Amino acid sequence: MTDEQKDQKSNRPNVAGDVAALLTGLKTTLSETFRPPVTTMYPEDKTPRSERYRGRHYLRRYENGLERCIGCELCAAACPVGCILVIAAENTDENRVSPGERYAKTYEINMLRCIFCGYCEDACPVQAIVLGPEYELSDTSREKFIYTKEKLLEPLPPEVQARLDNKDRK
Amino acid sequence: MSQIYNDPIGHWVVVVVAMALLLFVVLTATAYTVWFERVALGRIQRRPGPNRVGPYGLLQLAADGIKLAFKESFVPEKTDKVLYVIAPTIAVAAAFLAWAVIPIGLWYNVQYWIADVNVGVLIIFALSALNVYAIVIGGYASNNKYSLLGGLRSAAQLISYEMSLGLSLVPTFMIVGSLRLRDIVEYTVHWGPYTGPIPLVLLTPIGFIIYLISAVAETNRAPFDLPEAEQELIGGFLTEYSGLKFVMYYLAEYVNMITVAALAALIFFGGWYLWFIPPVFAFLLKVIFFLFFYIWIRGTFPRLRYDLLMRLGWKVLLPLAVANVVVTAIILVAVQG
Repeated sequence: MTDEQKDQKSNRPNVAGDVAALLTGLKTTLSETFRPPVTTMYPEDKTPRSERYRGRHYLRRYENGLERCIGCELCAAACPVGCILVIAAENTDENRVSPGERYAKTYEINMLRCIFCGYCEDACPVQAIVLGPEYELSDTSREKFIYTKEKLLEPLPPEVQARLDNKDRK
Repeated sequence: MSQIYNDPIGHWVVVVVAMALLLFVVLTATAYTVWFERVALGRIQRRPGPNRVGPYGLLQLAADGIKLAFKESFVPEKTDKVLYVIAPTIAVAAAFLAWAVIPIGLWYNVQYWIADVNVGVLIIFALSALNVYAIVIGGYASNNKYSLLGGLRSAAQLISYEMSLGLSLVPTFMIVGSLRLRDIVEYTVHWGPYTGPIPLVLLTPIGFIIYLISAVAETNRAPFDLPEAEQELIGGFLTEYSGLKFVMYYLAEYVNMITVAALAALIFFGGWYLWFIPPVFAFLLKVIFFLFFYIWIRGTFPRLRYDLLMRLGWKVLLPLAVANVVVTAIILVAVQG
């Protein structure tokens, strides 16, 4: 068969083949219709996150209630966008906040600037700051995105606590 | 009941009440057709579709309608103001008027209609032809090149497919011998032991297939939605329309969709006759089936290229429809002598 004949053959209308192709398409969509949707119903259901997911920050405490943070400002130094502000103060015997010499009097994170890289967690010598799993951090004003020490000291979600306990034991 | 018809005022009261009732029914049906389409398209793409407003998202249309109704009624600068407003009105008026002659079987020997016209199908064709004006005038009045292109495409498309649409139904008229939709539904045959209504699709299957394809083109729905073609023409003739004027076009599209589905059920599938199923449910079932078919097609096929659309219309469907008429005529003469 020469090329010319081949061309002619491919140009010839193939009605049965075309209609069969259309029907195949219809069959495909119809069979998909009866399979369950793959959508996650977002506000009610959430897709699982990694154990090491980097969401909002938490400041940790020791089991005796003392804060872990010793006000060394290494997290602020490690932060690539400079969103962490730490102002340290001396611990005294009357007012002991952390076991070390100093503690963080002010600890603020600007969540609008934070890029959730987790360098602060890596830099911390006493594992005081961790990134938790929450990612729905929207709010109604810019001021509310400056997370203060009180907010950061909120108790950790249990799954994060469990993971860190595991790490501490090792 | 018959006396009230003889009284001129009573007659009009009955007609106006019937019209108001039908308007309500068709509007509600349209709203739930949109819901049905969104859910069905969602399921085809393995999404759930609207499910937030009300149970199963059934109030989604109310929410959308309120949102669109409260939008600013905006007319762009340098448009032809009068035509710009008239165009969507033509679309919606023509779409609803078609329902004046469509009979709905409520129960055995009880049918609901506003006008029992002996040329019912012709009137529906005449009104569906008005749709061209709505789109072309809308496209022209918007003073926007995309709108104009959409309008022009639509004119060419509707004119070419209208002929095959009309011709696809001619065999049914020849067989039944009437243009009255009720007569077509009630068409009975005497085939040996069987006497009763018969779906005409058995007698003109080719006419049915041509009708099915041209009806999609006639209602400007995917895969024949070239007048809108959002990927290439932004929104075609709809580009400059928003708020309630947009709603009118949108409404007209879905009412037309229900009309062609109802017409397919009435002419080719025996209307309200379906085994033991009560007439009104049988009719509803058939209309829903055809609506699903159109949604199914929309969810499956990509849009036709413009030249292929014209080729399909003029070189395939029209000759086929003419041949169908001729062959049916020959068979009819041979059978009836």
